[in-house]
Amino acid sequence: MSNPFEPKIVAFLCNWCSYAGADLAGVSRSQYPPNIRVVRVMCTGRIDPVLILEAFASGIDGVFIGG
Amino acid sequence: MREYATTLPNVVVADRNLFTCSQDTQEKIKEYIREYDLNRVVVASCTPRTHEPLFRETLRQGGLNKYTFEMANIRDQCSWVHMHEPEKATEKAKDLVRSAVAKARLIQPLADISVPVNHNGLVIGGGVAGMVSALDLAEQGVKTYLVESAGKLGGQALKLYATYQGDRVQPYVEDLIDTVNRHPLIHVYLNTTIQDASGFVGNFTSTLVDKQGKETQLDHGAIIIATGGKPYEPEEYLYGKDPNVLLSLELDQEFIRGSDRLNHTKCAVFIQCVGSRIPERPYCSKACCTHSIQSALTLKKLNPEMNIYILYRDIRTFGEKERLYTEARARGILFIRYDPEDPPKVEKENARLTVTVTDHVLQRPLQISPNMIILATAVVPHDTRSLSKLYKVSTTPEGFFLEAHMKLRPVDFATDGMFLAGLCHFPKPIEESIAQAKAAAARAATILAKESIDMEPIVSVVDEDNCNGCGICERVCPYGAMHLIEINGLITARSTPASCKGCGLCAASCPSKAVDMCHFSQHQIRAQICALA
Repeated sequence: MSNPFEPKIVAFLCNWCSYAGADLAGVSRSQYPPNIRVVRVMCTGRIDPVLILEAFASGIDGVFIGG
Repeated sequence: MREYATTLPNVVVADRNLFTCSQDTQEKIKEYIREYDLNRVVVASCTPRTHEPLFRETLRQGGLNKYTFEMANIRDQCSWVHMHEPEKATEKAKDLVRSAVAKARLIQPLADISVPVNHNGLVIGGGVAGMVSALDLAEQGVKTYLVESAGKLGGQALKLYATYQGDRVQPYVEDLIDTVNRHPLIHVYLNTTIQDASGFVGNFTSTLVDKQGKETQLDHGAIIIATGGKPYEPEEYLYGKDPNVLLSLELDQEFIRGSDRLNHTKCAVFIQCVGSRIPERPYCSKACCTHSIQSALTLKKLNPEMNIYILYRDIRTFGEKERLYTEARARGILFIRYDPEDPPKVEKENARLTVTVTDHVLQRPLQISPNMIILATAVVPHDTRSLSKLYKVSTTPEGFFLEAHMKLRPVDFATDGMFLAGLCHFPKPIEESIAQAKAAAARAATILAKESIDMEPIVSVVDEDNCNGCGICERVCPYGAMHLIEINGLITARSTPASCKGCGLCAASCPSKAVDMCHFSQHQIRAQICALA
């Protein structure tokens, strides 16, 4: 049986809302797939489009922005 | 994980602890800093949102700059959310630690930004909570602006007869209004609302507008919001259609006036939970069980022959107030429990009121013909939307203001320098509003008493040599922290750190990459991303 494709996703999360939401998911023990790697930013306004391209260029399969 | 961490570039020592936030681990971190001459520290544990300040303080005590610290969130955002996939979770934790170390290698020591504090206080709402807050601030020597939208001070307390201990409210409120009006440090603005607001902790500016449209601009360092609440006015139970159907506070006003009709009332029915604990307003209004029972006792004292019925869902005379419930039953006041699915019916025929209620013990309808019906209606907030927009503070779905944390940060808003008290927060009896008002004043004083406050230096910096003065940053900045200036004939952007909130919109928008963010720099974020790939 071959291994199914598992994407690696970088998530840019705003410190004041979705990063707090991701913490709350933990405190609530909500379960979700372990494909996401969080990068904390103070606001999604910080996310230079270059950073998104940088992620894809370095081999990341998906980018998630929460804010 | 520990072994993996030691393989990462620049990591000279890694250790594991049962509780990294415990006192002895803090000491251990300080020892490691000395022993290995460390200049960066990474903690892989819970979330920086709760624990970053603690570890920063440990670094400071260990002799390092507190901003040379980084955290990997491997609990809240990893082990707790992937409990059934331990191997994959461990792989993810390794990635997160690698990413944190990659950022830690690039972070720079930073100095807090010191901002001077304006020592004046602003209190919005001139009810009991607002007046007590204003008076407590003024007594500490704080010049205090008290803004009230109505034409007089006092709020709902002007309609309240007595506290649950039987003390008359009116003499207290009159005395409080008088003291507030005479206090040299309190400036009262009646018939006035807030039109505009800007600034941040220690340095707010609010624009007031009165009924004639006259604007006044005030600078202040902290804000207490105490805009109060009011009773819900029901459509049901013939309220507004029959003069003998009253709200709890309307009965109080009859007590205050010494109304003669109370002496001729032979039978009174109180209906509890009117508009409370229903899907639109799921909360309990907290003060109404005690209030109705106390009013029933007052009626019984005026006229011991009066028949009094209290129709309720649950009696919530909490704490010492239980004494009133016991006394009411001893004095022959009858309590009838009703089912919210089958609430009491109020009808009027030939000028006669009839209440029909199904008694839950008898399982049969009872009919009562009272001369007076008193409705204990929900407490609802005054309009909180405009202030919530102006000062960017949150409200609950029911429109009450939301404090930062009901247990750990009572009376604080999530926004620094803003506090709340009284009914705008939730329904509560007067003594709790007063306690909350005093707490809010004490909290506001912790800011107003300081000469300056330290702010996190997560702010924009401009590389003026690279800036071509296009002005995009000035246009996108939501906080007015970016301005174009002219130096030696060249236009360049200049950041005002005290106004900057660290959102980074300027850095992301700068076409020449001349703007960057301290502690969230382009290089640091890139390093994090590359470490994850």
